[in-house]
Amino acid sequence: MTATGSAAAEAADVSGDPRTPLLAAEAVGKYFGSVRALHDVSLSVRAGQVMCVLGDNGAGKSTLIKILSGVFPPDAGQVRVNGEAVRFHSPRDARAAGIATVFQDLAMVPLMAVWRNFFLGSEPTKGWGPWRRFDVPAAREQTRAALAAMGVEVRDPDQPAGTLSGGERQSVAIARAVHFGARVLILDEPTSALGVKQAGAVLRRVAQARERGLGVVFITHNPHHAHPVGDRFVVLNRGRLLGDYPKAEVTRPELVRLMSGGAELDALSHELERIPGTGLEPESGAEPPPAPAAAGQTRDEPRPRADPPPPGA
Amino acid sequence: MAGEDLAVARPDAAGPPAAGSDPSGDGPGGGDPGGGGPARLFVKALRRPAFGALVGAIAVFVVFLATDNTPNHLWLTQTGFQAWAQQAAFFGIMAVPVGLLMIGGEFDLSTGGMTGFSAIIMALLVGTEHWNAWAAVAVTFAFGAAVGLVNGLVVTRSGLPSFIVTLAAYFVFRGLSVGGVLKVNHGSTSIGLTGTRHPGMDSARDVFGGSFAHSSALPAGYQTAILWFVGVTLLGVWVLGRTRFGNWVFAVGGDADAARRTGVPVRRTKILLFMGTSTAAALVGVISFLQTRTAVSEQGVGYEFYYIIAAVVGGCLLTGGHGSAFGAALGACIIGMAFQGVIYSGWDSSWNFTFLGVILFLAVAVNTVTHRRAMRART
Repeated sequence: MTATGSAAAEAADVSGDPRTPLLAAEAVGKYFGSVRALHDVSLSVRAGQVMCVLGDNGAGKSTLIKILSGVFPPDAGQVRVNGEAVRFHSPRDARAAGIATVFQDLAMVPLMAVWRNFFLGSEPTKGWGPWRRFDVPAAREQTRAALAAMGVEVRDPDQPAGTLSGGERQSVAIARAVHFGARVLILDEPTSALGVKQAGAVLRRVAQARERGLGVVFITHNPHHAHPVGDRFVVLNRGRLLGDYPKAEVTRPELVRLMSGGAELDALSHELERIPGTGLEPESGAEPPPAPAAAGQTRDEPRPRADPPPPGA
Repeated sequence: MAGEDLAVARPDAAGPPAAGSDPSGDGPGGGDPGGGGPARLFVKALRRPAFGALVGAIAVFVVFLATDNTPNHLWLTQTGFQAWAQQAAFFGIMAVPVGLLMIGGEFDLSTGGMTGFSAIIMALLVGTEHWNAWAAVAVTFAFGAAVGLVNGLVVTRSGLPSFIVTLAAYFVFRGLSVGGVLKVNHGSTSIGLTGTRHPGMDSARDVFGGSFAHSSALPAGYQTAILWFVGVTLLGVWVLGRTRFGNWVFAVGGDADAARRTGVPVRRTKILLFMGTSTAAALVGVISFLQTRTAVSEQGVGYEFYYIIAAVVGGCLLTGGHGSAFGAALGACIIGMAFQGVIYSGWDSSWNFTFLGVILFLAVAVNTVTHRRAMRART
């Protein structure tokens, strides 16, 4: 079912200029009641490119993703796929246009086997009429093949998705999106709850998706994860775009500064520097990274830790 | 159909895979063990939700075999099998769809009341209105489906817990059953057929309320309800393990938000599950009316708990997302065996309830522990 949809999307794409962005947002805005969540935000992603969207909590990242992935339409501006203006009415529409979103909570059902999760909502069927059935052998085999192709090692596709580690689950979710013919992959904080090693594995999948010619929109609040894998960076702050930089024009520390809103961070550093004198020293010390045990469990974004980059970063 | 072959473990459904590379795919984690050491196989078995129910059913069968106090040791005869299987059938026709609904994350407490009310609709249409029995069957099924549709729509649209919505529906039916019968039948609590001939009654009875395989050992034969039970079980196992819809059932019960995001029609799935339980309740009402030619106004009251017990004993998680249709059927067999076994053992029948309570507790405890273990174990 989805195969035909994505095939059509691909066919449309081939005819166009390869330099046309696969997915673009043009001056999009969104209001929730009187609250302006997003204002005049533009960005685009081409094939084989990783576009990183950076921003602190509440910067409007989630709103932007939801607009791009069809959860709701923008109140202003428009979304273009392959240069054509589109209006998605559901995530299903977006997926049919080749835009796959891997949400923070992964859209995976913990109690279900990996292969059942892999094809959830897009189950291959065989047979006809009342004998139309879930093609279980094909689903299992294709899951195995698709995971292997993305270099994801899952020992046993029968194991419930809940027994995978956070990084494994992210990798499976990315492999799933790639398998279903996504042209654009939107990743919502894929590394936020992960330990260093697992985050590395996920970044590798991102690079792999790029090598396969996908456009990737990588949403994160962590410049250290974004910088190594990103080709372009946009920074969101309070619903507005602070800037759009190609990799060559921005360094990691600059990204960090931009992200937390330059002046604010400077003020914070000043404030923190004064703290030792006030006897609050232990609190201001390095906070331990989030426990790996919490990986994948937390729905909230990690608390905005006052962890300005270590000077060496 | 050979009676004893069906005892306890029905090999047709989710037993060990007989042929082909793939088993029934009954549970969400179910799958072909595909080799590996015995420990691996053991973990795989534990992960199957029906595993506990299978062990439990065998244990209960053996217990009543040992305590059988009848002169001819009826427990192991066709008579004994027929006796508990027909009780199990009435529980099982409901337990399977109730189990599916539970896997889908919802409850239906209106089922017991619905079975009684469906029988009363049959009795009114055939007995009082002199309809053709088949037309009455069709209307009863349509009514059953409609009730599920309403239950499902109310639950999915209002966001109210299905526990409350269907409990309300239950009381509505109970009131309608008691009040309606009293009004129609001038103070009696039951509606029976009068002596006149009713068109279509005989053929409808053959299909729903008759018996088959009469023999010298068993003059009354087996009730067709047992066939309906087997049929509903096979359908449940197939739908759950082998169809897209089955995959969606696990998903909407396991994590409805995740399911919605992957494009699963969550509401439609739940509504269809509610329609499954209420249509099955109509089936039970039709069967019981055609068997006995009577409908009693308090019929089915309180049975919704047996259905839920059967499903839970069968490994269906109360919180949804995990379970087995075959397990629910086994749970119904356990209840049927318990009811009949207590009689054969010569115990007072009040012990039924104590026995059920113990079984329920043990089953849930064992299921929870093994399930937790299996989830933790990496194969």
